[in-house]
Amino acid sequence: MFNRRLFLKSSALIGCSAAAHPLLSSIAFATAPSENRLVVIILRGAMDGLDVFQPYGDPELHKLRKTISLGPDQGAYDLDGFFALHPTLSPLMPLWNAGELGFVPAVSTPYRNKRSHFDGQDMLEAGTGTDMDLASQSDGWLNRLLHNMPGAQSETAYSVGTEQMRILAGTAPARSWSPKIDLQLSPQAQMLLLHAYHDDPLFREGSEEALEIANQGLDKIREERGPTRDARALASFAASRLNGETRIATFSLTGWDSHARQSTILKPSLLGLADAILTLREGLGRNWSKTTILAMTEFGRTVRENGSGGTDHGTGGAMLVAGGAVRGKRAMGNWPGLGEKNLYAGRDLTPVADIRAYAAWALRDLFGTSRNVLETAVFPGLDMGANPRILA
Amino acid sequence: MMGSLMISYPELATIRLGYGLSSHMVQPFGPDEILAAIHQAGPDGDTVNMEQLRKLQLRTAKLRQRIKLGEKRAREAYTTERQYIVQLVRKEMQRRFARAIDDPIGFGERLVQFWADHFTVGGGPPHQRLMTACYVNEAIRPHITGNFADLMFAAETHPSMLIYLNQNSSIGPNSRAAQKAQEKRHTGLNENLAREMIELHSLGVGADYTQKDVRQLAKLLTGLTYRAMRDELFNANRAEPGPEIVLGKHYGEHGAARLSDIRAVITDLARHPDTAQHLARKLAIHFVTDQPPQSLVDRLARVYADTDGDLNAMNTELVEAPELTAFFRHKIRQPFDFMVASLRSLGVTGNEIMALKPRQFHGWLTYPLAKMGQQWGNPPGPDGWPESGENWVTPQGIAARIDWAMRIPIKLRKNLPDPRQLLQVALGDTASEALQWAVPKAETARDGVAIVLASADFNRR
Repeated sequence: MFNRRLFLKSSALIGCSAAAHPLLSSIAFATAPSENRLVVIILRGAMDGLDVFQPYGDPELHKLRKTISLGPDQGAYDLDGFFALHPTLSPLMPLWNAGELGFVPAVSTPYRNKRSHFDGQDMLEAGTGTDMDLASQSDGWLNRLLHNMPGAQSETAYSVGTEQMRILAGTAPARSWSPKIDLQLSPQAQMLLLHAYHDDPLFREGSEEALEIANQGLDKIREERGPTRDARALASFAASRLNGETRIATFSLTGWDSHARQSTILKPSLLGLADAILTLREGLGRNWSKTTILAMTEFGRTVRENGSGGTDHGTGGAMLVAGGAVRGKRAMGNWPGLGEKNLYAGRDLTPVADIRAYAAWALRDLFGTSRNVLETAVFPGLDMGANPRILA
Repeated sequence: MMGSLMISYPELATIRLGYGLSSHMVQPFGPDEILAAIHQAGPDGDTVNMEQLRKLQLRTAKLRQRIKLGEKRAREAYTTERQYIVQLVRKEMQRRFARAIDDPIGFGERLVQFWADHFTVGGGPPHQRLMTACYVNEAIRPHITGNFADLMFAAETHPSMLIYLNQNSSIGPNSRAAQKAQEKRHTGLNENLAREMIELHSLGVGADYTQKDVRQLAKLLTGLTYRAMRDELFNANRAEPGPEIVLGKHYGEHGAARLSDIRAVITDLARHPDTAQHLARKLAIHFVTDQPPQSLVDRLARVYADTDGDLNAMNTELVEAPELTAFFRHKIRQPFDFMVASLRSLGVTGNEIMALKPRQFHGWLTYPLAKMGQQWGNPPGPDGWPESGENWVTPQGIAARIDWAMRIPIKLRKNLPDPRQLLQVALGDTASEALQWAVPKAETARDGVAIVLASADFNRR
């Protein structure tokens, strides 16, 4: 926190009036709007939903794929007699059995045809439809949610990691921080820096927040070794914030773009995802029971395995749902089938629902946001359809 | 940020187009000198080249075979070899820092950075990371003042790109190689390179092309393959027979697939009007401002179209652009640029950087870069590093820069410069009043140096 002593010292030194001082405006705390927690994980690179939740009960799957998505015969975990979980996600099986893990097998944003990662991700995070010009759309749906969340304050939502999360970008106050950052400064150095940043809005805002967070003396996340270190650090930091006043956390995990040697490429990413979820569960303790995790990706991949043991950019993808608050142990929504005539453009899984509708219903049930606000402000133009009842 | 500022051309150009001011390098010069200086960013004779790298790869492959046969000594040799490669990778990184630091102005090195980022490659195991260094030296450096089609051809056909975008594993489904294969399952197209060639490297994602164009281009690209044991980049056995139609134009109609068809499609992609707009916009965004005026983009695009893709004509247009003054300080220095500019202002030389021990180099430079959001050699995706200031000036990004400015300069410079002097060296006459007020009030030289380097004035260009 900016302590009062520092504030008085700096204002005395700068000699400006208290009203003009940038620090005053940031102290406005309201009670947390809800006890429920939401974690949105963006899986960058288009996760192959057909490999993560393998529809081995669909007779077409084994004709389309030769080295990947081979079902329970090759080590995947049978989930419900039709879908099987990728073997590398085995650490999540206890969650499935406890009803704390589920998935939606064939969803997508309205994005079609061009299959660009970057446009796909922008649309997923902006939460808009195809009628909006993406380039001019700079805010994300979590930020618009905050605008419509009574009692939300800057601590309510956190994006975690070194990269900017478009999903939380916008004018509603929110926090962003990386578990890697450690910053120690003398009060005088802080004051001088803030003075030097004062006339530059971008640096002013960012530096005030940086110093405020640094001065809270957050326990630095202990960096244990191992291939999933970064994922664990992100989840661990998110959990520590969610145990405080934060209710929404978001971060991204990369490495899902598996054009070749998919089984090798996806392994570290899957391990990271599993570890992130388990780290959240451990770190959240009792709050786990009030937590919902949505792991979303920009689109799915081609149903046919390509010549290099991988898959190319497709359309319909899967969303993973986890948390103590969810009604898991099930596949949500419908299954379009993998028959030639069922495919989108003859090559992709056909999305049977808009991924935003699932997110919207989660927000409604977690935070009581009205359907009208969700369909017009948070996800403009969305038809939410019937409630899939993600939460228990 | 500072519209009414008076700034001399050498300072303006060094800050905006180069790697920032330096105590021993600023001298009067004009656009012609800058253009002439680009040539200093040419290929580096000391850098590992593909021929050497191939030998290293073959040597490693042999060691792997011997390990398979159970030879104990081979395992030790393999470990030593791997350490050697990792060391080479680090040396190449050090060299990139050193060249950027030592370049009198730095426009050439920044063009290298820009085009290497436009044609992003990276990541992977040590051999592949070393290949990235070869790539910059062999595909990018020779072409920054040349023709875009040549640059594009060099980039798209370099082994580094073929591996990064999976072209290496793309085989024509009806090629001779596919027909001979015992199992069909390892033969087929991989669309990755074709897609990014259109979407990122030439026309841009907003252009009018379809999935079919991507697919057809992927077919046309089959045959393009890198194998350490092969001399040629084009393997006709893997090429899909028959003509392909990309963006309405036929290629490969003569039957047997040839590398010249790939050259032809790249020439046409490079010549496309959407490519002119796409490249012009990217250059304007990188060197001028995140939301460049359309007039500047149009000017650059026209130069590109009129000269059939002459990159030096675009460089000339940029060097003389009045927008350099009008949009002064609109851009945020990316973490690598911030570090290089800091080191230049502290008077650190390339030789000093080359002399750093591995632990120092990683602890002082590469690890802090990652904390600032730019893990060197490992961009987030084939679209390269983000451009907008908002991506870099986050609370954690600022904190990482402050932290570096506080901790590292004193390790590199036992006698830190007087902060007031550094302020003059680093920012010339462009320091804001607020910064001029703050710097002399620092409690220690260390704090004062950090305030200069972490300031908004210094982090903007």
